[in-house]
This record gives sequence, structure tokens and C-alpha cells, in this order.
Amino acid sequence: MTGTTLLGRVDAVVIGTSAGGVEALGEILPALPAVCVPIVVVLHLPRDQRSLLPEIFQSRCAAAVCEAEDKQPLEAGKVYFAPPNYHLLIDDGPQLALSADDLVNFSRPSIDVLFESAIDVYGERLAAILLTGANQDGAAGLAAVAGAGGIAIVQDPAEAQVSTMVESALARTSDVLVLRLAAIAQVMQTLDAGGPS
Amino acid sequence: MDTTAAEFDIELRLLLDAIYQRYHYDFRGYAHASLRRRLRSAMQHFSCGTLSHLQSRVLHEPEAFPALLNFLTVPVSEMFRDPGYFKSLREQVVPMLRTYPSLKIWVAGCSTGEEVYSFAILLKEEGLLERSLIYATDINPVILHQAEAGVYDVDRMASFTENHRRSGGASSLSDYYAAAYGRALIDPALKKHVVFSDHSLATDNVFAEVQLVSCRNVLIYFDRDLQDRAIGLFREALCRGGFLGLGSRESLRFSGHSGAFVDVAREDRIYQKREAA
Repeated sequence: MTGTTLLGRVDAVVIGTSAGGVEALGEILPALPAVCVPIVVVLHLPRDQRSLLPEIFQSRCAAAVCEAEDKQPLEAGKVYFAPPNYHLLIDDGPQLALSADDLVNFSRPSIDVLFESAIDVYGERLAAILLTGANQDGAAGLAAVAGAGGIAIVQDPAEAQVSTMVESALARTSDVLVLRLAAIAQVMQTLDAGGPS
Repeated sequence: MDTTAAEFDIELRLLLDAIYQRYHYDFRGYAHASLRRRLRSAMQHFSCGTLSHLQSRVLHEPEAFPALLNFLTVPVSEMFRDPGYFKSLREQVVPMLRTYPSLKIWVAGCSTGEEVYSFAILLKEEGLLERSLIYATDINPVILHQAEAGVYDVDRMASFTENHRRSGGASSLSDYYAAAYGRALIDPALKKHVVFSDHSLATDNVFAEVQLVSCRNVLIYFDRDLQDRAIGLFREALCRGGFLGLGSRESLRFSGHSGAFVDVAREDRIYQKREAA
């Protein structure tokens, strides 16, 4: 499927990925316009090491890339990465919230935790994207986004470096756009925060 | 019938009000995102389809409240969590603590006690435990009892041992617990220097003057006003030049009290109260 546009349709995008995620994000985040809607990303990482993701992606992205801080307001033109060993949630405001609660799906940060909290704040004006990964985190959250009337997108499992995560989501809901990374990148290009002019 | 997000939030506020009026636990200043998640787990546990139903149960069945409290105060901790924090304490704070004839330390929001015993072990290793008293406080009495018991899954000790080693621990963690039947029991000698006590950062006041406050991964669950109340309590409790340690993603940056503190170890979120504050 090509030509999908989210212009004016969503106020934020949440993205979850695990094994193979750095490469997959490298295909899609650089496609974002400089003033995109807020993008919030959970990429599973070792819990005891500092994350280098903002440094890795900043030079390749027009939008500003940062590590999420507790109570940071969500702003246009920014990509927020979950810090290691904390869950990242979206709270009223909208602003970011961190939690040190127990692991969910053996993960902290957990994709489900991010996706489910985002639904509470954005409802149907949310897009969730699930990419390559080797566990089932994100499957329940993606199905919940679709159920709440938001837009659910998964990477084509045929293309995913590890397809477990995407296939787990597809087993839960069929209300999903299945796209290759190149097509997801085209969707990213349509995420101008200004909406249709 | 599906509950909309707006309805859920109305019910959430009503429930928090009911809990405050009925049981005097004040969660009204807690950040909503985590509360929503915890309360959804509680709804499943209590088989309640709505928060209103849960509110009714909690109001009319006093025995339901302690169970709900366990959902609202999810205990998660590790011994020597963030080893760099304890390493910085050893290197930059302990030398100052040595200058006091007696030491009081407050572990606020101590949960199941892992951090309390980490402090006791650190003080023992630094030769300070005999003159120290640790106040370990939490709002949940059930969790405080667990903390006081000091019994942990023996499976967790391997990662605690690794944390302890990375924190600069000079002794072996296994010197401080006895393992039996899949459990690790903390050495009772450490507990002699700990007072466990019920205390709320939302409703209670300062109870002692202390040289060090450690309150980690508690403030992230509070809204800005409640964060400021808690930091104000720490400021009041600390002696001049006393130290405050926060969680690795918490800071004083946005607090009205930030001017009363200076950075000691920025990355590890260790602060010192100014002499004139």
C-alpha cells in the first residue's frame, strides 16, 4: 500500500521496536519533516547502559532528537527516546512521564506501556508503529490503538529482521496497515505538525 | 459499555478523593499516567468493570483497601540499583559523613527495603554503621513489614552482587545474608541500625534532622506540586551541608527549592544543601 497520509489525522506517533530496531528506525526517522508531530519511541536496550540513541539519530534527522525526561512537555519537531530501565508514558498535558514499575513483557521500557498510555491522552488522534523485534511486547498495545480508532501500522514481517513482534501484533488484530520500511518512510514525510494547509 | 477517557478521569479523581476522605491516604497529587495503569490492574484483580465500582468496593469493604494500596504503591527496587550512585556516595559524600559524631540517614519511600540494606552495608564497609541510624519510611504498612523482614528471593542475589561490586563494595555481599530454602535473609545485625516507620511525603511533616536523604524513583510518580512539597520536607530535614540523592532520571531543576542545593555528582543526582538554606 502506498500513498498513505497522516497529514492532519494524528497529533502524535508512538513507535516500538526491539532487535534490529536501530537499523529500521534509521530507514524511517530521517524522513520526518523538521516540524513533525511529536514522535515517541521505545527501543528495547540493555537496562544497565547509557543510551546513545539521540546521538546516533540526531545527525540524520531534521527533527530534534532527545532522550525523554520526566514531565517534559511534548512538542512539535521533536523525537523522544525512552531512557534505559524506565517505562515511558504519555501523561495529561500532554507531557512525558517516567515510571520504574516492574518489567512488562520482560521489558523496561515496555512498548505496551507507552502505547496504552498514549491512547488515554490522544485517543483516535494517534498512530502507533511496530517494527522488527524478537518478543511480544507491543502486540497488545498496537491492538488497543487500533481498537481506540487510532492508526496501527506494522512493518511487513517478510522484511523485518526479526518478525516475532510484528507477527504477534497481527495475531491480535487485523485492523492494521502492513507496510515495508520504504512505505513507512513515505508516511513519516506526511507528519507535518501544521496539518493540511 | 466502554468507558471513555474523559469518564475514566472523572472516576479516577472521585476515587482518589474517596480514598483520601475514608482512609487519609493522599494520592491526589500523583501523576495520572502511572495511576491509570496501576488502577487498571487493580480493576482486573477486583473484577471491577469501572473505577466507580472499585470505589464502591473500597468504600464499603475496608478489607479491600490494603489490597488496593498494594496496586497503588507498586514495590520495585534492587540492592545497589544504579551502582554509580552508590559509588559517588562512597567517594564524594562518605568523607564528609565521617566528620559527624553520629549519623542519621533517611531513605524516603523505602518500599521493600533493598535500598535500606544497601545503605546499611555501605556504611558497614565504610566503618560508619555503628554510629548510624537509618530511618526507612513508606506509606504502605504491608510493604514496610516486608522491608523489615529483609527476606528476598535468592535468585535476585546474583544481580545484587554484581551491582554491589560495581558500586565499589570492598566486601562480599554474601557476608550480609544467609541463604536457605530459596530465600536470602538479611543479617539481623544490619537491622539494628534501621527504624522502619510509616510516613507520607504527601501529608506528614519532618520528624528528625538528618545528614543524608535518599529518595529515588519516588518523585517521578508525583505531580510538580507534590514533588515540591516532598523536596521541601527534605530541605527542612537536612542539616546545613546535608546531602540529597534522587533517582537517575529525577532532578531539582524544576523545583522551587533548587536554589537551596548545589550539585555534588550531577550524573548521579546527588545534591548538597547550601550552608545558608
